[in-house]
Amino acid sequence: MSFFKKLKDKFAGNAEQEKSTEKYKDGLAKTRTGFTSKINDLVAKYRKVDEDFFEELEEVLLQADVGFETVLELMDDLRFEVQRKNVKDTSNVQSVISEKLVEIYQSGDEELNEINFADGLTVILMVGVNGVGKTTTIGKLAHRLKNEGKTVLLAAGDTFRAGAIEQLDVWGKRVGVDVIKQAAGSDPAAVMYDAVRAAKSRGVDVLICDTAGRLQNKVNLMNELQKVHRVISREVPGAPHEVLLALDATTGQNAMIQAQTFKEVTEVTGIVLTKLDGTAKGGIVLAIRSKLKIPVKFVGLGEQMDDLQPFDPAKYVYGLFAEGLDKEDKLEAERADK
Amino acid sequence: MAFEGLSERLQGTMTKIKGKGKVSEADVKDMMREVRFALIEADVNLKVVKEFVKKVSERAAGSDVMESLTPGQQVVKIVKDELTELMGGEESKINFSTKQPTVIMMVGLQGAGKTTTTGKLAGLLRKKHNRKPLLVAADVYRPAAVQQLETIGKQLTIPVFSKGTDISPVEIARQAIEHAKAEHLDTVIIDTAGRLHIDENLMQELKDIRSLKEPDEIFLVVDAMTGQDAVNVAQSFDEAIGISGVVLTKLDGDTRGGAALSIRTVTQKPIKFIGMGEKMDALDVFHPERMASRILGMGDMLSLIEKAQTNLDEEKAKQLEEKFRTSSFTFDDFLEQMAQVKQMGPLDEILKMLPGANKIKGLENAKVDESQMGRVEAIIYSMTKQEKTTPEIINSNRKKRIARGSGTSIQDVNRLLKQFEDMKKMMKQMSGMNTKKGRKKMSMPGLDSLFK
Repeated sequence: MSFFKKLKDKFAGNAEQEKSTEKYKDGLAKTRTGFTSKINDLVAKYRKVDEDFFEELEEVLLQADVGFETVLELMDDLRFEVQRKNVKDTSNVQSVISEKLVEIYQSGDEELNEINFADGLTVILMVGVNGVGKTTTIGKLAHRLKNEGKTVLLAAGDTFRAGAIEQLDVWGKRVGVDVIKQAAGSDPAAVMYDAVRAAKSRGVDVLICDTAGRLQNKVNLMNELQKVHRVISREVPGAPHEVLLALDATTGQNAMIQAQTFKEVTEVTGIVLTKLDGTAKGGIVLAIRSKLKIPVKFVGLGEQMDDLQPFDPAKYVYGLFAEGLDKEDKLEAERADK
Repeated sequence: MAFEGLSERLQGTMTKIKGKGKVSEADVKDMMREVRFALIEADVNLKVVKEFVKKVSERAAGSDVMESLTPGQQVVKIVKDELTELMGGEESKINFSTKQPTVIMMVGLQGAGKTTTTGKLAGLLRKKHNRKPLLVAADVYRPAAVQQLETIGKQLTIPVFSKGTDISPVEIARQAIEHAKAEHLDTVIIDTAGRLHIDENLMQELKDIRSLKEPDEIFLVVDAMTGQDAVNVAQSFDEAIGISGVVLTKLDGDTRGGAALSIRTVTQKPIKFIGMGEKMDALDVFHPERMASRILGMGDMLSLIEKAQTNLDEEKAKQLEEKFRTSSFTFDDFLEQMAQVKQMGPLDEILKMLPGANKIKGLENAKVDESQMGRVEAIIYSMTKQEKTTPEIINSNRKKRIARGSGTSIQDVNRLLKQFEDMKKMMKQMSGMNTKKGRKKMSMPGLDSLFK
């Protein structure tokens, strides 16, 4: 049975699973048409698996922002695999490619993309550069957690950008959770202190802290973030339980440096890949996962409140290749008929 | 990390073939491979990279490179020339309408920095072009986007036209243009909501705003960190509404900003401004050449070298070198040297051109104290001829006199004497070590100690 078939069977029969797979399919529709149609073209163009084929495949992957080093590694792996399995026909190579993509992503430890909930209060800190969608993600995440039956409190830690506090406030009202805030321009660490105190006295399950966007090369701002982190862990031992780095799927190779620098400063525990509903492929997460071992925990697939989905690498790759899968299915069926 | 500069990588390739007397075509091919790496790592679009590499390869295969003693540097120069060329050569101006008001539309993806740039642009137009801007809050979708623009307007004391979020952006824009006419505000800047380029409904909305009064400028705001997708985004926006220029934001980060090159090449629309920080005045006119250096990760070393070449007298440099070797370097030579460095332009500008200088913490805020150089000059001018050639004779009485004569303190004089001694020692050591290396440093001795 082909890899895709296995994937598909895995998700079939389970209504919940199917629904979220559909979300992926819709959200990644544009990504898929770009990426998959290229792979399909490639397969159609080259009947045989040869160097030209590999070269062009390399380009398709580079265009997905996967990054040079990762692509080179992947190509080496693929060449080896193709040789080992003695794949000659390009139509069979699709499944090998996706298998390898998932493998690169999952290299090493078992995937852990659940939120790490504490027994008492769970603190989630949201960090990232400017304009990646931190505040929006917090709104969606709050909605998600509330639906799971958790009590949620938000902390308006972006006291710098004009309108940021108001933005979180609107999300708080939409979702129906309280927002702890101070005046614009106040010390974000002080806001966090207040928020943690409030969260404790109200006995909420989850506190989600917003922070101002900052470019990772701004030393002062990164120090400020460290202070925020410190204040939280002083008030709640073991907190923050999750530090989520929001990454824009349209970001190119700089995402790797973002992940690395934010990891050094705040011990990032997971990534939220936002704006994946555009044509961008977000391929850099493969590199980040394999180099820095930071898992992607959520993906943003649209502007609606429920457009935040837990990340599943297999589904992600399935989303990328869904068309190819259907084709392969048909081919197999035809062969079986004969 | 993966982001070493192109020059470094090329040097790596070069050392491999250093032993060979000639550079072959295969070597050039090797070098172009490195160029390709560097460009892809800088997020330049792959198609653009391919075309570009082809073009450069042809030029690099020319005889002037092959026969040059420094083929590596020649290739770097060709690459940079071509990059600059691709990015549009020179800066382009803003179009103002002869019929009031001038209308500028800001469009782009979510989170690119449209609202912030709208504010910055208004400030810049008021300051440099004497315009009276009106900001229009036409982003009715994102929570608190209107408040954000209002806050920015308040900070800049620039009027903001907002009608809440219950009426359509098209209607807001229409009323705003009327309002500007009535109030004699000559420039209307419309901040639109961030949208995906594939969202047809929202793209239609932009077309409707555009048809109110043909905008004089439609700026696409693009995050400099955007990867390969930048081309798709720019192309879609351009096809749908026809952009007139690009504003590249968040360039104060450590991204190489290859998106700039791709967009320019694919849409043929100029990059007009770049956002360089979070403060309201951090918007600059775009310089293609600086961007080229940045994409290649080599600082602005080439223009520094060019500056040095045009301003430093080679004859004099040779004489100086001789003096260093024989330890006959005097305060007169020191003055000469300082004058030459000064000719190259403001010191902090020069510093910024050094590769890697952008990584030095706090340098962006460091103001090099040029008056410090003036003080040094004054001290030297207050010395007698004998003192200048044989500083050893300067005793405490002489120091007192020099300090009085130059309007400085004895400590200042002492510091300069110490620096001068250190410099001489260092130079002697270096010229003893390796003449080639020494020469490089010698063109600007003591530059570092001058502004400590």
